[in-house]
Amino acid sequence: MAERTLTLSIGPQHPGAGHFRLIVVLDGDIVVDVKPDPGYVHRGAEKMAEYRTYIQNIPHLERPVIIDSSGILFPYVLASEELLDLPPPPRAQYIRIIMAELNRIISHLYWLGIYGVFVGHTTMFLWPVGDRELFIDLAQMIAGARVTFAFFVPGGVRNDIPDDFPDKAIKVCNYYEKRLKEYEKIFFYNPLVLKRTQGVGILKREDAIELGATGPNLRGSGVKSDVRKDEPYSSYDDIDFEIPVYKDGDCWSRCMVRLGELYQSMNIIKQAIKKMPSGPVKNAKRGVLKGIEGEAFARTESARGTMAYYIISDGKPYPYRLKLSVPSFRCLSLMKHLLVNQHVADIPAIYWGLDYWPVEADK
Amino acid sequence: MMGVLVGKLSEVIEKVVDEPLSYVINWGRLYSLWPVHLETACCSAEFGACHGPRFDAERFGVLEAFGSLRQCDLLIVFGTVTRKMMPRLKLIYDQMPEPKYVIAMGACAIDGGLYFDSYNVLPGIDKIIPVDVYIPGCPPRPEAVVQAIMMLQEKIRRNKAIAIGSWIRKKFLKKG
Amino acid sequence: MSLTTERERALLDKIKAKFEDVIKEKYVKPKRIRIDVSPQKIFEVASFLKALGFNQVASVAGTDYPSSNEMEVVYHIVAIDNELRDIVFALGERVSRDNPIVPSLTDVWKSASYHEQETYEMLGIKFEGHPRLERLLLPEDWADIPPLRKEFKLPGRE
Ligand code: SF4
Repeated sequence: MAERTLTLSIGPQHPGAGHFRLIVVLDGDIVVDVKPDPGYVHRGAEKMAEYRTYIQNIPHLERPVIIDSSGILFPYVLASEELLDLPPPPRAQYIRIIMAELNRIISHLYWLGIYGVFVGHTTMFLWPVGDRELFIDLAQMIAGARVTFAFFVPGGVRNDIPDDFPDKAIKVCNYYEKRLKEYEKIFFYNPLVLKRTQGVGILKREDAIELGATGPNLRGSGVKSDVRKDEPYSSYDDIDFEIPVYKDGDCWSRCMVRLGELYQSMNIIKQAIKKMPSGPVKNAKRGVLKGIEGEAFARTESARGTMAYYIISDGKPYPYRLKLSVPSFRCLSLMKHLLVNQHVADIPAIYWGLDYWPVEADK
Repeated sequence: MMGVLVGKLSEVIEKVVDEPLSYVINWGRLYSLWPVHLETACCSAEFGACHGPRFDAERFGVLEAFGSLRQCDLLIVFGTVTRKMMPRLKLIYDQMPEPKYVIAMGACAIDGGLYFDSYNVLPGIDKIIPVDVYIPGCPPRPEAVVQAIMMLQEKIRRNKAIAIGSWIRKKFLKKG
Repeated sequence: MSLTTERERALLDKIKAKFEDVIKEKYVKPKRIRIDVSPQKIFEVASFLKALGFNQVASVAGTDYPSSNEMEVVYHIVAIDNELRDIVFALGERVSRDNPIVPSLTDVWKSASYHEQETYEMLGIKFEGHPRLERLLLPEDWADIPPLRKEFKLPGRE
């Protein structure tokens, strides 16, 4: 057996997403074993959080996934609000929804661009990356930065949205909804893409739950699970939206789930703009924030799945322990399951179809 | 007497041979920078954006990232280099053919940035490889990346690729 | 959003009926339940929880408490696609710092595997029966103590 097989190390420098190594054992061009080797971007965020106050933790906690920086901060602010006793005003909750959904779109479009490259469709790199700038512009109007917003703070959001934001956002969403139809034609129903993704990397419903898949990967396997619906946080229960679910569990289903989420996110943004009440956007409490003794666990639905924080406080201004549980980290156990018995040529389509973001997984 | 002659000769060679040849060689290097595809951390997302339609760094003569580092002459380090990545980075740098240039992108690549007190982060990549251009920011905007590429091109343009004249001066004038 | 804890109470009572003297209730909040179990009994409690419908591990968090010379492992378990989907169940256990060995729950929940491996690496808690207790995130040549222990200080912040 050992003579027949070839061990190939894909990464950390390779044509796909870097900062991650996949050790694959091949027999001919069939994968017989896979070992993911993460950790190239392990920066010790959990340890650093123990030395910073609740406010100081914000910038470095959003770095692990800068393309979805609001998504990763959302559960942090929810958990720390519980510990600091700082409920956010209603307007802030809606602004958070807008920002989180903008970020979901930004993140999915980045994923789509790279996925286009991975399945050999260069147009699908240029279109999403170009259109992503429109949403980045919107987010920039609110928060002032391109990707790292640091916009959510315990007790609300940093600032109110500018007056001309609603009109512009609705304009962009309307334009982009039309534009997505073209995406479908050129990419999602393109015969070549269908050939490369349909029936490839099948994740069955039971396996998906058992192995710990979350987010679009789980919904691509026919499981209707979304924290926004399961445990509605931050006024999500006030908004009427659907969760796209596809049954087949292959790469194409996972793509279609994300496509559906793009439509839904724009729908949510439009509704949130309409339903937004007026009022302050930040809790008025001032002074040094000390956590009450105890612990808090908060989870939200980020672009890649359930993002969760577990914070233990011992009554000091900084957390005693902060545990960050990220969706990408859970993809690691899916990789072996999905890649074994597949062709080498399918590795990129499956790997990036999971939307594994190595920086996030390593923390 | 000899010294004066050699000095004159070397000056002539510099004018007639070195400068035109250097100009041609530099011109060739300038607009075909091939970056290695090594993503080290989150700044890579912004580098991706910089190749999108809005910023389109390709019009300045730098291509998108490439897989094979044997054909590359530019190493852009996108952010944090951890202790696990450090030996790989050095290996990749050593494998690239000369001439090679390095751009350090992001505060992390300059001096550790936000992760100044992390236990696993290298405080600045210039501890292990030489750096030509630094881009501050966390993450730097795509415009800054484009500017850094232009600065690197300026640096290449001023480079003396062929230096026979100064070689002659060094070789013969010391004795004379 | 309901702020009552009736459902949570009822659920806890169901567990208490089976493991009366084994479990220790830590808190019941809306949508959050936390119980503590001794490491010897955690496997049985976990199997029972899985049978109830909690089918996925969302996070495994290890915490170091040098003041009481103990280490704590907390499993946060969620239910996917059934009627308990809005509840997060926390299952905690404590071991002595001198010899931190706890049973691995990978046989109950496969999704715990990488989380446990990370906890092993970051705190040095050994999970007995785990198929792959090896380096994951830290560099291959890491020779220091596990970084999330409290006596490990960040450079420059001693
Ligand atoms: S400079 Fe900022 S964006 Fe870039 S790698 Fe470092 S933390 Fe990430």
